[in-house]
Amino acid sequence: MGIFVSKKTKAIVQGITGAQGSFHTPLMIDYGTQIVAGVTPGKGRTNVHGVPVYDTVEEAVTAHGADASISFVPAPSAADAAFEALDAGLKIIVIITEHIPIRDAVQVMYRARQKGAVIVGPNTPGILTVDECKLGIMPAHVFKRGVVGLASRSGTLTYEIATGLSMHGLGQSTCIGLGGDPIVGLSFIDVLKEFERDEQTEAVALIGEIGGNFEELAAEFIATKGYSKPIVAFVAGRSAPPGKRMGHAGAIIMGKTGTAASKIEAFKKADVPVAEKPSDVAKLLAEKLSK
Amino acid sequence: MKLFEYEAKQIFAKYNIPTPRGFLATTAKEAREFATLINAPVALKSQVLVAGRGKAGGILFANSPAEAEKTAAQLLGKEIKGVKVQGVWIEEKLAIRRELYFSITVDRTNRCYVVVASGEGGVEIEELAIARPERIVKVLIDPVYGFQPYQARQIAKKLGYVGSQMADLASIFLRQYRAAMDFDAELAEMNPLVETVDEKFVDADARLIIDDNALYRHTEFKSRPMEEAGLTPQETLAQKSGLAYVKLDGDVGIVGNGAGLVMATLDVIQFYGGRPANFLDVGGGASSDMMATALDIVLLDPNVKVVFINILGGITRCDEVANGILEARKRVGFTKPIVIRLVGTNEEEGRRILTEAGIHVLDSMEEAAQKAVEISKGGGVHA
Repeated sequence: MGIFVSKKTKAIVQGITGAQGSFHTPLMIDYGTQIVAGVTPGKGRTNVHGVPVYDTVEEAVTAHGADASISFVPAPSAADAAFEALDAGLKIIVIITEHIPIRDAVQVMYRARQKGAVIVGPNTPGILTVDECKLGIMPAHVFKRGVVGLASRSGTLTYEIATGLSMHGLGQSTCIGLGGDPIVGLSFIDVLKEFERDEQTEAVALIGEIGGNFEELAAEFIATKGYSKPIVAFVAGRSAPPGKRMGHAGAIIMGKTGTAASKIEAFKKADVPVAEKPSDVAKLLAEKLSK
Repeated sequence: MKLFEYEAKQIFAKYNIPTPRGFLATTAKEAREFATLINAPVALKSQVLVAGRGKAGGILFANSPAEAEKTAAQLLGKEIKGVKVQGVWIEEKLAIRRELYFSITVDRTNRCYVVVASGEGGVEIEELAIARPERIVKVLIDPVYGFQPYQARQIAKKLGYVGSQMADLASIFLRQYRAAMDFDAELAEMNPLVETVDEKFVDADARLIIDDNALYRHTEFKSRPMEEAGLTPQETLAQKSGLAYVKLDGDVGIVGNGAGLVMATLDVIQFYGGRPANFLDVGGGASSDMMATALDIVLLDPNVKVVFINILGGITRCDEVANGILEARKRVGFTKPIVIRLVGTNEEEGRRILTEAGIHVLDSMEEAAQKAVEISKGGGVHA
């Protein structure tokens, strides 16, 4: 169970022969992920840790019947790689790559919408359905199987919070990184809808940060449509100054929009408790789940 | 990357967007020469990359070359919101009838570009959006179809223009859109775009922010001496080393891995009553050398009383981090107390390396943050 990826997911790795791709491929396989093929143009007919490498996504998909891709392709070619995966019919595309130009990301998201595909990222640690499938670069040992669905805009902060949840005996269903860029494929609302349908998920943690308005929109969605499962939120960047990019390309307060205060207020209005510190997420969820 | 007004105007001028005739002066004498060339009353505009320079006294006017020289001398070297003025853009003063607003920017929610226009220019657009949202026209740009001429005409019409003025304005909008796309702009703004008393349109102030991630396609911006001269030593070193660093005004130096975790670390410091001195993300898989550089940067800030290193090892290995900390100690010496929280991959090894070197390691982020805040307020010295 869990959302978007499971035991059944068959994935290819785009950019498998690069430093990141070849490092993370065996880690994903060790986790139990079905990595059926890799793609690097010009490196076809080789293999990486026993995974066959193809020149094109089309060949890889024809030979192995994949339905998902994880891409480590460097930023200048990342959009091309995403188009190739979309046009080969893949429906879940995880883009780990950081520093993709906005203009390219806009085109990728447009094409994905046309194709009815889901883009996770870019600039994401990836997605992991605990004990089933890992399409990402996260350290697997911090996650324990359980009932909490976790959606976040950052990497290490997610590991911090997942570690806290696991220590409190609160395991996770699926953990998904939306990505730290201004243009990303999934919003908190998209993920909330999926978690609501997922039988394994009994509660949701939303880990937001400054920049954009996905948190405000999620709060409005929760307030107006209602949500059947308890939700707890955390927002990073309370102390961030306006106009400065805090590491992530998307973590920036523009004028008065995208502040932590605005997001926290929106969640509170929607009756979603907001943790003051990362460790409070587990405490608040435990309270909610014991009711 | 933010461009200076004069750079943005020079780019827009290449797209045949009318801009006032102007020159960049770096000395008062040059300002006099340029004012003589312009041969009309001039505006002298400080070239600094901070918002609100007009209100801060960074824009002045002069009626003669002699006055321009005197005024430029006043502006050059002056500090505007902490940034030293290195250049003054001197241009013909406009006879303004009406001020408009026009920009192309990124709509994160709809994942596309958006055109924003208003008949009320010269003000902060976000304030206008709150006060009088009905005065703002927004058009989402279809990524494939682009910004069409009819859409530009519709906007010009909505701003109240007809006939040849409507056509002129629409064509300025289209050229601005072309410039924005060609330069991978995150923001291409004319504010105000001025209607002069003789019914012409002129871009009186320009802002162009280029998507940092697209800079590899725009190699002309590789070297920017005027901007680099405005950076602090810490910012210069961070930029060279490819580290994400933001200077803040507190006294607890911060080093961590991962943007979200570092932001949360600053927040926790603030939560316990401390004041963070900076944001510094060493990134995923940081090497010991990167770690040492990060510490160098933080310790360069004279306001820093204590450094809080918060590492959660995922891809980053704790033993690498520990070696980096020792490397930094060898290189610069620890002039300030250091509080370290280190957990995750190869945690035991990292902890052993540091403990043997006499450095104490904590494993709770909150406990470590409290300790750092305590030291910043003159409490017990650590490490």
